[in-house]
Amino acid sequence: MSAVAVDAKRPPQSLFSTAWAFVKRNVLTVYSLLFFGYLLLPIGIVIAFSFNNPTGRFNYVWQGFTWNNWRYWDGVPGIRSAIFLSLEIGFIASLIATALGTSIALALVRYGFRGRGTTNILVFLPLSTPEIVLGASLLTLFLNISFVTFGFWTILIAHVMFCISFAVVTVKARLVGFDRHLEEAAMDLGANEWATFRKVTLPLIAPAILAALLLCFAISIDDFVVTYFNAGTRVTFPLFVWGAARVGAPAQVNVMGTAIFVVALSLMLLNVLLQRRRESQVRT
Amino acid sequence: MGFFHQHRGLTPYLLLAPGLLWLGVFFLVPLGFLAYQSLQSGSIDFGYAFTWSWGNYWNAIKNYHGHFVRSFEYAGIATVVALVVSYPVAYWIAFRGGRWKNLLLLGIVAPFFVTYLIRTLAWETILADHGFVVNTLRDLHLVSANGRILATSTAVIAGITYNFLPFMALPLYVSIEQIDVRLIEAAEDLYASKLHAFLRVTLPLSLPGIVAGTLLTFIPAAGDFINAQLLGSTQNHMIGNVIQSKFLELTDYPAAASMSFVLMAAIVASVLLYARAVGTEQLTG
Repeated sequence: MSAVAVDAKRPPQSLFSTAWAFVKRNVLTVYSLLFFGYLLLPIGIVIAFSFNNPTGRFNYVWQGFTWNNWRYWDGVPGIRSAIFLSLEIGFIASLIATALGTSIALALVRYGFRGRGTTNILVFLPLSTPEIVLGASLLTLFLNISFVTFGFWTILIAHVMFCISFAVVTVKARLVGFDRHLEEAAMDLGANEWATFRKVTLPLIAPAILAALLLCFAISIDDFVVTYFNAGTRVTFPLFVWGAARVGAPAQVNVMGTAIFVVALSLMLLNVLLQRRRESQVRT
Repeated sequence: MGFFHQHRGLTPYLLLAPGLLWLGVFFLVPLGFLAYQSLQSGSIDFGYAFTWSWGNYWNAIKNYHGHFVRSFEYAGIATVVALVVSYPVAYWIAFRGGRWKNLLLLGIVAPFFVTYLIRTLAWETILADHGFVVNTLRDLHLVSANGRILATSTAVIAGITYNFLPFMALPLYVSIEQIDVRLIEAAEDLYASKLHAFLRVTLPLSLPGIVAGTLLTFIPAAGDFINAQLLGSTQNHMIGNVIQSKFLELTDYPAAASMSFVLMAAIVASVLLYARAVGTEQLTG
């Protein structure tokens, strides 16, 4: 009781100085928490405004809570087909890019061959070229080939192109830390090269292939610039958002943004949890 | 599979061929076409013809040097701000993160899970004229009574900084995480102050992360046009906005192509200068 009374009698100044002392002692932690607040603030806004009930066309000011944007997620003309096109391109492009990228990574890590340096540079270059140049140069290629019509195929070609390098980098990182003795053991036990690859190599690099697939899918579904240059009249989801932003983006854009965020975050959280479980299993 | 046994030397090339072919045909060849287009003259109605018209490059620089300078200025400022802002956090996660490291890193990349355009639009909402941020700044007299943040260079630079922040923070984290803490302890045992130990040990050892982070932020930032379009006014347009509108709205392909090449050359030149300044081994190692 008396302690409480003493506390209550303390002048506010000392409370302030205690707080200040805490901040000073943990300045880095406090700063980092503020940083995460800043980093996550726009995400909070996107999620919150997916439940906004805007009176006009503009979804800028909070008006009131509603479930309607979620219930009628495809209530805006064009949004449904845009999302399906993005998903379709994302699936196909990530499959092709991961297959091509995995083979390049295997060749780079496993085999000594002439032209390794050149291959490394060719893989690295698209990653270090500004997207606008990637998009513009592909556009000039297609413009100069008379039989090309812009649309599904040009978008797909573009997406595979900028995803390959990411797939190579992802799979390569896993292959480098890979114990080759396992494969040699399989070969010593009479497995041929193909059986060794299927039964030993593939299962071991499967997590990396999955990671590459997810990464390519995420990059593909988010891409605006390169797609914008090569889509013709077709509209992917980011292109839809771009068009909608000129006249005021509807709340359904936030709904889809939130949905993509939640799916991606859950997949990553799952990955973190699995990793932690694997680590604790190794320890015990 | 007998074929592979007899021609083992061929295997790597067979593995490489499809992927490299794709990159060759749809990345390298297009750069050639871009160069070819940049030296053409004519008009969209009567067709463009290749005439070695180097004047396109001259015009690009003469008419749009302001946009080029602005792009590099915005990208440069955004890169420096991102470095300064995210270094302490990368340090904190690396040394104090403990068992929460992976979760904190997930927090760093979380913005990437929201579509680029949508998170930029969220900043439009946050910085809107009668929004919370602007009102607070007006009350503090940091912004004049009818001043705005949207449609200013501040908004564009802030947007670029935010959008590329994870590209800076992740490489920083990776290089700081690899530092042997005993080196820092040794410096302190030898009577270096905390600041001295940081400046002489931690900072130099994290240089590879700083180099990787600045390049990963600067290169895409210099070519960006989304932030300038959504958060700025025409006064803040960058070279990306010009290239985009020349290609897709004005269909002045030769001018747009030559500008793309000037942009690329300028980026390569600045990366090389930077590499010289910090030492090339930092780039490759």
